[in-house]
Amino acid sequence: MKFNLNFERCKGCTLCINVCPKGIIEMQSERLNKSGYFTAECKDQDACLSCALCAVICPDCAIEIA
Amino acid sequence: MARLCRKVMGKIMPKFTRAKALEDKQTHYCPGCTHGVIHRLIAEVIDEMDIEGNTVGVFPVGCAVLGYQYVKFDGVQASHGRAPAAATGIKRAKPDRLVFTYQGDGDLAAIGTGEVVHAAARGENITTIFVNNTIYGMTGGQMAPTTLPGQKTQTSPFGRDTDKVGFPIRICELLSTLDGVAYAERVSLHDVKHINAAKKAIKKAFEIQMEGKGFSIVELLSNCPTNWAMTPPDSLKWIKENMVPYYPLGVYKDAEKGVTQR
Ligand SMILES: Cc1ncc(C[n+]2csc(CCOP(=O)(O)OP(=O)(O)O)c2C)c(N)n1
Ligand code: SF4
Ligand code: SF4
Ligand code: SF4
Ligand SMILES: [Mg+2]
Repeated sequence: MKFNLNFERCKGCTLCINVCPKGIIEMQSERLNKSGYFTAECKDQDACLSCALCAVICPDCAIEIA
Repeated sequence: MARLCRKVMGKIMPKFTRAKALEDKQTHYCPGCTHGVIHRLIAEVIDEMDIEGNTVGVFPVGCAVLGYQYVKFDGVQASHGRAPAAATGIKRAKPDRLVFTYQGDGDLAAIGTGEVVHAAARGENITTIFVNNTIYGMTGGQMAPTTLPGQKTQTSPFGRDTDKVGFPIRICELLSTLDGVAYAERVSLHDVKHINAAKKAIKKAFEIQMEGKGFSIVELLSNCPTNWAMTPPDSLKWIKENMVPYYPLGVYKDAEKGVTQR
């Protein structure tokens, strides 16, 4: 896994979705976290470039990139 | 810590991990609020300079009032607008510490204008992190001194009318005229490239303080998606399209290089 999301930290702001050059981050609308947010998720780990653009824009440090 | 190289002594390193100087805690900020980005940048710079045990942050009244809870280094919370006075005392008592204030536009450019101007004029050897989001975020979105002409807020529902309430204050330009100021730079957080540049500015300001050169300030053009009533992506676009033209980015003062742009 290259894109590691801290599920409880994500506030679903969608900023990471907008910056991902591969378009592989999407919002999921199945599971709410404890704070009541639907979160981002990575649809295709294999396509991830590990560019970390998503992690840099995330205001909640919810993303770590391996 | 952002951007470690991938291979260090044969071991694959992560590309982006959480800054060490940040507490592992959920912040109270709204989704998409750049206060969180600024906390991260400060923490990463403190990691890189290896000064976590030697830093004191002075937090404001405003949305960042609880900022000290989210960082591992020492922090205090000052009365509204008085962070530069509190930081002056801390720095004079402990001159080897890195001491910075973290202040919003309501805190710094309204109730605390006198404090920051005089701390800068005295050349206090502290750094001010100035979060300009053109609004009083914490109290529900009232007009601030930095609210743009025509901008709608709770207290300017038809847009800021400069005939009645005057014009915004450009803090970097104003402070750069003071001889006590060693460094003044305005940066923006509207995209990844500018966020990375903002981190460099914070590092530069902290280094100037550790070299004992005088007052330094970094103004960060920031968002408040909640009170601007915008989605987070739209709020970043709004910074780029509306704030950056009114508050031009750049280094306004660099005493070392003899730069003063007024
Ligand atoms: C002496 C005093 N006056 C007024 C207030 C109300 N108040 C709280 S925060 C704030 C302004 C916050 O705006 P800003 O500094 O821009 O920070 P932001 O929340 O936008 O980050 C005001 C006026 C107060 N707490 N104390
Ligand atoms: S690291 Fe880059 S490619 Fe991978 S999810 Fe984040 S933005 Fe997309
Ligand atoms: S930028 Fe961070 S908080 Fe916002 S949706 Fe992406 S992971 Fe969640
Ligand atoms: S009110 Fe505005 S400045 Fe305060 S946390 Fe929410 S978005 Fe950020
Ligand atoms: Mg503000």
